[in-house]
Amino acid sequence: MEKFNTLNSQAVLLPYEDVDTDQIIPARFLKSVSREGFGENLFRDWRYFEDGSPNPEFVLNQAGNKGDVLVAGRNFGCGSSREHAAWALVDYGFKAVVSSFFADIFKNNALNNGLLPVQVTDDFLAQVFQILKNRPEAKLQIDLNEQEISLVGSSLTESFEINSYKKYCLQNGFDDIDFLLNKKNEIEAYEQSLA
Amino acid sequence: MSAKTLFDKIWDKHVVHSVEDGPQVLYIDKHFIHEVTSPQAFSGLKARGIPVFRPEQTVATADHNVPTENQHLPIKDALSRHQVETLIKNCNDFGVELYGLGHPYQGIVHVIGPELGITQPGMTIVCGDSHTSTHGAFGNIAFGIGTSEVEQVLATQCVLQKKPKTLKIQVDGELNPGVVSKDIVLHIISKLTAAGGTGHFIEFCGSTIEKLSMEARMTICNMSIEMGARGGLIAPDETTFEYLKSRPFVPKGEKWDRKVAEWKSLKSDDDAQFDLEYYFNAEEIEPMITYGTNPGMGIGITKDIPAPNGKTTSGLEKSLKYMDLEGGKQLLGHHVDYVFIGSCTNSRIEDLRLVADLVKGKKKADHVQAMIVPGSRQVEKQARAEGLDKILEAAGFELRQPGCSACLGMNEDKVPKGKYCVSTSNRNFEGRQGQGARTLLASPLTAAASALSGKISDVRELMK
Ligand code: SF4
Repeated sequence: MEKFNTLNSQAVLLPYEDVDTDQIIPARFLKSVSREGFGENLFRDWRYFEDGSPNPEFVLNQAGNKGDVLVAGRNFGCGSSREHAAWALVDYGFKAVVSSFFADIFKNNALNNGLLPVQVTDDFLAQVFQILKNRPEAKLQIDLNEQEISLVGSSLTESFEINSYKKYCLQNGFDDIDFLLNKKNEIEAYEQSLA
Repeated sequence: MSAKTLFDKIWDKHVVHSVEDGPQVLYIDKHFIHEVTSPQAFSGLKARGIPVFRPEQTVATADHNVPTENQHLPIKDALSRHQVETLIKNCNDFGVELYGLGHPYQGIVHVIGPELGITQPGMTIVCGDSHTSTHGAFGNIAFGIGTSEVEQVLATQCVLQKKPKTLKIQVDGELNPGVVSKDIVLHIISKLTAAGGTGHFIEFCGSTIEKLSMEARMTICNMSIEMGARGGLIAPDETTFEYLKSRPFVPKGEKWDRKVAEWKSLKSDDDAQFDLEYYFNAEEIEPMITYGTNPGMGIGITKDIPAPNGKTTSGLEKSLKYMDLEGGKQLLGHHVDYVFIGSCTNSRIEDLRLVADLVKGKKKADHVQAMIVPGSRQVEKQARAEGLDKILEAAGFELRQPGCSACLGMNEDKVPKGKYCVSTSNRNFEGRQGQGARTLLASPLTAAASALSGKISDVRELMK
């Protein structure tokens, strides 16, 4: 997993609520047995017409709409537990997703793949949407160490929460399996205590 | 000691270690896997050169990506075939029990766990699938996980999790005729919204819930996730024990008696505190149907579709546009092209019986394509043994072989673009049942009634 510290980047706006994991990556693209390559089909049915040609109205197909941060409406990532959704976002190149609310399983999946979910207030989100609509070149600065997100060149700034364990994992590119494997003795002792 | 909820009791008993200001290491009793969300987890183990830690606590099946006809033939689609073959290989390599295609126990993972008695009260159960919440009907903690977490469980029989908050949903009163458990849960989600339970684990209780069969309870717990909750559970009782008693994987004889005695203590203390509580009156619940593109967008079948009024979010407008439906109008009488009866929400024998009972001696509308996909080989076998297949086929319903099928449109069972499908599954997201497909979620009764008339119908009219 890649380490995460600070990020300074333009953002891609997806001003919809309840963006579900079927939208992020439709089921028909889940047939792969590897983790790679899902970025190609990220937001497939919004991004492409049925004949495979790009839909010029969708953000990812618009020049100038680029960046490592995705900013989306409330309840991002609801629906299925498919980690393919997080893989697709990471594979496409996103490093952080900003929303005012994340679905639980998606949040875990994102964190397990070094993709930072930044939960902001509805008010902050609305302002970011507003400002970036007019100035798409503006940049968001996300500082994991300080747990702060701000819109560069404006007074808009907010702190965000993340538990210290997950923060440590992201900062060090450390994953949960390493952690659990180190706890094998305790796990075995727990099993013994049940027997 | 302070009073505890059932959820707290089971959770706390399974904590192996707590990370300061972080997650807990939760021990998992049973782990289910399937072909779609497990291959990358097995690759992870291979890359680390480690085995499955407790292979006897994991059970595999093939369900998401399997055809629902000619299951005895090789799978046509090369990618799907490869995925299913990868599961077989991984299970062989790592010593995991597999109920794959052709096995008498094969079926949708959340249907087979309970029907085989693998799912039991008091356990912790996980699966790389969000509807793992289904198993909670037996009074256990069951929730969906991502593939990295599947790898954690395979490697250590534990997952790192933050403990969710608790939410109590109590439903009291008598259900009206024509109203079944699917309507109860669609009603609750329509009130709480698709995100109303996020961060929480639900306990369903109340006189209405207590009177439900195990299969009806599963339908409710199944859809806990559709209000954003991690899962939902129901305290085990005589109905639970009676259902489990004769299942192949439950303990027998004296061991069974001991287990039941233990399970009887599984309930929330009288004065236990929940973080949130909601109360519903069963008498107020009508047959339900959804009109939008998330499961919270549901209405009583006789009600009007909500109209955007500037105050509602843009989500409503976007949904209605996708569905090509108009706010302020009724759904009743709207044209239907497809009916899908299946999925881990409603594909059990009781669902099939309900449908067969209703359509017996009748015929579906000519323009409707009606598909019934049983949840498992056992359900299919039982349906045939009871002669339901004859009744259903005579009514023009096509009985298929078990799998997830049109619930997620991963195999060839899809609803074409722009077509309306009344579906007993759990998600009406854009494109869920196929690109451009328009899904209306409802109970098996409402789905069957709509198949007969070819339009959205109130099943109560047929029952008069
Ligand atoms: S039937 Fe649908 S919801 Fe259930 S496990 Fe299969 S895909 Fe998931």
